[in-house]
Amino acid sequence: MVITRTDLRETVGAVPDPELRVVSIDELGILRDVTEDPVTGLVTVIITPTYTGCPAMDVIRADIRAALAAAGRPDADVVTVLHPAWSTDWISESGREKLAAAGIAPPGPARRSGPVALTLTTRCPRCGSTDTEQLSRFGSTACKALWRCRACREPFDHLKAL
Amino acid sequence: MSDPHPTGDLAEYALRLGDDALVAAQRLGEWAAKAPEMEEDIALTNVALDQLGAARLLLSYAGELEGAGRDEDALAFLRDDREFRNCLLAELPNRDFGGTIAKLLFLAAHQRLLYDWLVASTDERLAAIAAKARKESAYHVDHAAQWTVRLGDGTDESHRRMQAAVAEVWPYTHELFAADDLTRRMDERGVAPAPATLRDAWLATVEPVLAEATLDRPADGWAPGGGRDGLHTEHLSYLLAEMQVLHRAHPGAKW
Repeated sequence: MVITRTDLRETVGAVPDPELRVVSIDELGILRDVTEDPVTGLVTVIITPTYTGCPAMDVIRADIRAALAAAGRPDADVVTVLHPAWSTDWISESGREKLAAAGIAPPGPARRSGPVALTLTTRCPRCGSTDTEQLSRFGSTACKALWRCRACREPFDHLKAL
Repeated sequence: MSDPHPTGDLAEYALRLGDDALVAAQRLGEWAAKAPEMEEDIALTNVALDQLGAARLLLSYAGELEGAGRDEDALAFLRDDREFRNCLLAELPNRDFGGTIAKLLFLAAHQRLLYDWLVASTDERLAAIAAKARKESAYHVDHAAQWTVRLGDGTDESHRRMQAAVAEVWPYTHELFAADDLTRRMDERGVAPAPATLRDAWLATVEPVLAEATLDRPADGWAPGGGRDGLHTEHLSYLLAEMQVLHRAHPGAKW
């Protein structure tokens, strides 16, 4: 089966993030664009990294190529762009809901430039309490911090606002 | 007067920034499985990963500009110490945990300000890399600042060690703000700032941290340099030996 151009974005966008399996690369804001050359039919996928050193990028590239190959477009080009720099503000509403449902507290608004570093309370994704504390500024992946809920006593991951 | 080697200048400049990040990443990575606590083990290696990410972007760019077919791996693994352009601060041994934090505070505070400036660079690629890296640098500065205060304003022993680390590392920070012909040409072309212009803002970042940490801000004096010309401390050679041995022993090997 050869997919139509309108389906391309959906096909690529449905690829799950390898480290946050519950959300797709589209919901995470990693997928920037999908284009198709009207003459050659070559598909170009444009993605942007969350963190510069994110080790998942190679897997994401491979997963995109595999998804397109399975849809009959094996010769796709995957291009990485840095500008504009990815922000957690790009994570979609559905993406935030899925993260929370998986026990990962979604990020608050990214910090704007200003003299005061404002830290907002993070809501526990399990019991909903705002009585939480940060255990470690760095977590299991570059994009997460480790938190703990004082109400239900459970630790949880928090996607850092960037 | 127009610059006779604009591309060569830019390649050299990208190499300096890339080497700072690469060598800092390798040093921070030495804490893997050895940090004082589990969270810090993860934190320092995460910072290392960010630095490595920036290094890959910068070294790839330097290689493209050079146009001699060298990619990021060739630049990282197949150059000898005299060909590295990192500042001496990045290559200094970690000493104890406080020493690592002092180095990270000073280097990351500089990277943050430099990347902030480079976002408006006339070179679009450098600007894009900087826009990405500066967000991560801000986190590194915060992390190092928190530990500096915790150790400096902690126990007598942690204060003593943190003060010793700050005093030992301070002289090496002057190199970050030293100008040479290359930085002057970069400045003229609007590619990069004159290094000295960042120092006031850098001091405004680190001095309040040292004050809150009840640490003395060392006096300015001895200012070792040479890293930008490939003249390094002996510590870099050992670092490179460990970093490069696998790649050199098995050229072209893949996972």
